[in-house]
Amino acid sequence: MALLAVRDLSIDIAGIKPLDGIGFAVDKGEILGIVGESGSGKSLTALTVMGLLPLIGGRVARGSIRFDGTELTTLPEPDFRRLRGRRIAFITQNPMTSLDPVMRVGAQIDQVSRLHLGLDAKAAQARSIALMERLRLPSAATVYHHYPHQLSGGMKQRIVIAMALAADPDLIIADEPTTALDVTIQAQIVQLLVELVRDRGVALILITHDMGVVAQACDRVVVLYAGRVAESHGVQAIFAAPRHPYTQALIRCIPRDGMAPGSLAGIPGSVPSVANYPAGCRFHPRCDRAGAPCAATVPPLEHLPSGAEVACHFAETREVANA
Amino acid sequence: MLSYALRRLLLLVPVFFAISAIVFLIIHLVPGDPLDSLARIGSSPEQKQAIAARYGLDKPLLEQYFLWLGRLLQGDLGTAIVLRRPVADLVAQSLPYSLALGGLALLFSSVFGILAGLVAAIYKETRIDQGIMAGILFGSTLPSFWLGLLLILIFAVQLGWFPVSGARNWTALVLPVLTIGLGGTALVARVTRTAMLETAQKDFVLLLHAKGLPALRIQLRHVLRHALMPVVTILGLRIGWILGGAVTVEFVFARPGLGTLLIRGLNQHDYPVVQACLLMLAMAVMLGTLIGDLAQAAMDPRVRSALQ
Ligand SMILES: Nc1ncnc2c1ncn2[C@@H]1O[C@H](COP(=O)(O)OP(=O)(O)OP(=O)(O)O)[C@@H](O)[C@H]1O
Ligand SMILES: [Mg+2]
Repeated sequence: MALLAVRDLSIDIAGIKPLDGIGFAVDKGEILGIVGESGSGKSLTALTVMGLLPLIGGRVARGSIRFDGTELTTLPEPDFRRLRGRRIAFITQNPMTSLDPVMRVGAQIDQVSRLHLGLDAKAAQARSIALMERLRLPSAATVYHHYPHQLSGGMKQRIVIAMALAADPDLIIADEPTTALDVTIQAQIVQLLVELVRDRGVALILITHDMGVVAQACDRVVVLYAGRVAESHGVQAIFAAPRHPYTQALIRCIPRDGMAPGSLAGIPGSVPSVANYPAGCRFHPRCDRAGAPCAATVPPLEHLPSGAEVACHFAETREVANA
Repeated sequence: MLSYALRRLLLLVPVFFAISAIVFLIIHLVPGDPLDSLARIGSSPEQKQAIAARYGLDKPLLEQYFLWLGRLLQGDLGTAIVLRRPVADLVAQSLPYSLALGGLALLFSSVFGILAGLVAAIYKETRIDQGIMAGILFGSTLPSFWLGLLLILIFAVQLGWFPVSGARNWTALVLPVLTIGLGGTALVARVTRTAMLETAQKDFVLLLHAKGLPALRIQLRHVLRHALMPVVTILGLRIGWILGGAVTVEFVFARPGLGTLLIRGLNQHDYPVVQACLLMLAMAVMLGTLIGDLAQAAMDPRVRSALQ
C-alpha cells in the first residue's frame, strides 16, 4: 500500500475540467517525477493533493486521493489543516515570491514547528537554525534574522525547503523547485532534495518540465499532457523504451544548458488551453504518428506487460517499432 | 531610517517657503479690499491712507511679503484687523478644537474602515461583503456638509441625543466626528478590502496555507499586515484632508475651530487671519503626507533597507 495513491482524479474549477482522470502513487523513500509542458496540469495536481483547490475556487469532481490510509478528498478542512505542513509539505515554484517579504525568514520556518510540534520560540529557533545548517545555508544563525529580500534565490529556496522539513513530513511535493534558479544552483537544490529523501525516507513528488531532472533524481515518472496521464513507468525503463509519442518527444528534447526553461524546441505547437482540448487523444494534433482512431476515441490508460502504463492507441505497435 | 526622516523634513523647508508665498498671494486674489472693512463707511481717502500705512498695506507687495515672512519665522502671525488680537492667539485658541475633531475623525475612519474592509475581504463575495460594500458606496457619495445636516436633523433635532451645535462637552463632538469620519471610513474600507484581496492572491499566502496555518490567522497576521501599508499612506494623506474638510463641518455645527476662524476671516476680509489659517492647513497636509510615507517605510523592511 503506497503512502499516497491518487486514482482517477478529476477536478472542476468554475465549470472547466483541467485534470481528467489522473492517477499515480508514491511510497516512502521514493521520488516520483511528474513531467509535462507548461499548462499540462502539474501545479493543479499539487494543489489538489494539498487540499488547497478551494482557495482558487476549485473542487474535486471525481476520484480518490488516499494518504496513509486516509481519504483526502472527503477530509474535513480542520483535519486537513493538521496534515498540511505537518505530514504533507509543499515547496513552491518561485522562491522569490514564496516568502512573506515583511517577516524574518527564521520566523517563517519557526511557524511550522511551533504550530505543528508545539515548540516554544526558543526550541523552534534552535530547530530552524539546525535545519538551515543541514541545508548548507552559510552563517545560518545570522541569516535566520534576515528578511527575504536580503537573500539570494538559492538561499530563499533553501529557506522554503527548511519550512517544508520543519515538522518532519512524510511526503514532500516540490513544484518545479529549481525553475526560477540559476543553472548551477538548480543542480545543487535537486541534489539536496535527493539526499533528504535518502536520509529521511520521505516520499517526494518532484514536479518538473525537465526530463533531465527526472533522469537525475527520480525513481518513477508520470508524464502529464493536457490534464491526462500519457505514460507512467520507472525512470530507467521509460528512458530505455518510451512508449508514448509525447514521452519520446520529451526525451528527445531534454533541455541543454542555455535553453530557455519551459521551451521544448523538439515538439511543434503547444499544450492547448483547457477550453480548447481536442476530442479523442489530446495529443493527436501534435503527434507525428496519429492514426484514424486518435481524433475520435480517447485512448485508455493501459497496463503493458513491461509494467508501463500508456494511454496511446499505438503503444504496442510502437514497442515493436522502437525495439 | 532616521536619516531618511531627517532628509524628508529638510525637504519640507523649500516647500514651506513656496506655500507661504502662495498663501500670501492668494489673499490678494479674493475680491474685496481689506481696507473696506478696516475703514468706516464714508471715510475720507486721507483716513484710508492712514489706515493702510498703519497695517503696511501701502508698501509694495514683495516688501509686504518679506515683512510678513520675517515676522512669521519669529512666530508672529500678525494682528487680526477686525478682531484686533494677535492672530497667533486666535489660532492657538482654535487649533485644539480642530485637532480634537480631526484626530477623532481620523481615528474613527481608521478603526471602522480597517475593520469593515477586513470583514468584507474575509467574507468576500458573500452577503456580508455585499452589504458592507453597498454601505461604503452610499457613505462615500454623500457630501460632508449634507451628511452633517442630515445627522443634525435626525440625532439632534428629532431624537435630541446630541446638541445641535457648539462645543460645550464631548457629546457635541459626536455628530461632527461622524460627519467627517464616515466618508473617510468608506475610503479606508475600500482600500483595505482591495489590498487584502490582492495580497491573498500572492504566492507566499498560498505557501502559508500549505504550511497548515489557520485561514483566519493568515488573514490577520499576514494579509492584513500587507494591506495596511497602502492604508497607512492613505491615512497620512487624509490628515490634511480631514482638517480641510473640518472647515465646512465646523461651520455647519457652529463649532469653534480653525475652519470657523478661516470662514470668519474670509467674510471679514481679515487677511492676516486667513493667511494664518491657510498656512496651518497647508502644513497639516505636508506633515500628514510625510507621516504616512514614514509610517509606510517603517512597516516595510524592503523600503527600510533601500533607504539605508
Ligand atoms: N485558477 C485556475 N482557474 C482556471 N484554470 C486554471 C487555473 N489554474 C490553472 N488553470 C489551467 O489549468 C491548466 C493547468 O495549469 P497548471 O498550472 O496546473 O499547469 P502546469 O503544468 O503547472 O504549468 P507550468 O509548467 O506553467 O507551471 C492550464 O491550462 C491553466 O490555464
Ligand atoms: Mg506549474
